[in-house]
Amino acid sequence: MNAVLDVASWVLLTLGGISVLIGGIGALRLPDLFTRMHAASITDSIGAILVLTGIMLQAGLSLATIKLAAILLFLLLTSPTASNALAAAAMLAGNKPGIDTTGGKDDAQ
Amino acid sequence: MKTSPNQRPAPAGAGHSRAHLMFIALLIAAWVLWSGMFKPLLLGLGAFSCAVAGYIAVRMGYFDTRVFALRFNLRLLRFWAWLLKEIVKSSLEVARVVLARELRLSTRVVEVDTGRLSPVDQVVLGNSITLAPGTLTLAASDGRLLVHALTADGARAIEDGEMLRRVAAVHED
Repeated sequence: MNAVLDVASWVLLTLGGISVLIGGIGALRLPDLFTRMHAASITDSIGAILVLTGIMLQAGLSLATIKLAAILLFLLLTSPTASNALAAAAMLAGNKPGIDTTGGKDDAQ
Repeated sequence: MKTSPNQRPAPAGAGHSRAHLMFIALLIAAWVLWSGMFKPLLLGLGAFSCAVAGYIAVRMGYFDTRVFALRFNLRLLRFWAWLLKEIVKSSLEVARVVLARELRLSTRVVEVDTGRLSPVDQVVLGNSITLAPGTLTLAASDGRLLVHALTADGARAIEDGEMLRRVAAVHED
C-alpha cells in the first residue's frame, strides 16, 4: 500500500514538474504578454494541482494534508484574480491583445 | 427577469448577527487549525487577529450583501470536478501549442454576456475561465466578460457557453 502511494505521488510530482517546465518554456517562447500569460497559467493551475496533490499523498492523513488542501484551494481562488489584475493593467497601459499573430515567430515586442 | 438570491440585501436583525458570528467562528477555526498551538499568548494573538479581521470586514461593507452566497454543496463539488477535467484538457492543448516546432497561434478576443448571473457567479465564471489555460478574462463590466483565447478552438468553446451554463447551474434552486 505504501509503495503504491509512493509511486502515485512520484508520478504526480513528476508530471507537475513537467507542466511547470512547459509553462516556463511557453512563457519564454510565445510572442506577446497575453499569450505568455496563457503559458504561465499551465504552471499555476495544473502544475500546482499535480505538485500539491503529490505532496499530499506523501503527507498522508494528517493536519499537514489539510493545510496543503487549503493552500491549493486558496491558490486556485487567488491566482486567477492576480492574472485578471495583470491583464487589466496591461490593457490600461495600452497593451493591445494581438489578435492576428498567426505564426509570428519574431513578433516579440 | 429572475432576481438572484445573492443580490438581495441581508436581512436586518437575527440573520445579520448570525452572519457576523459565522464569520468570526470561521476565522477562529482557521486560526486554531493552522497554528495547532494552544498557548495563551498564541490564542490571544489569534483572538486579536480575528477581531481586527472582523472589524475590517465590517468597514469594507462585507456584510451589506449576502455573505455566504457561495454555499458549499454537492453541485459545487460537481462543478469543480468538471472544471478539473477542463483544466487538464486545456493544459494539454496549450502544451501542444507551446511545444510545437512551429508556433501556430490564432488568438481571439471574444465577449461573453453574463447578465443573467449574480455578481458572485460572474466572478466565479471569470476566474474559472482564467484558471483554465488557454483562456484569460481581460475585463469584466456591465455583465460582460472580455475573454482572450490562445486558439480559435478555445474561443469557440467560450462562445458555446458550456461553462456559463454550468456556473449558473451551481446555484439554481
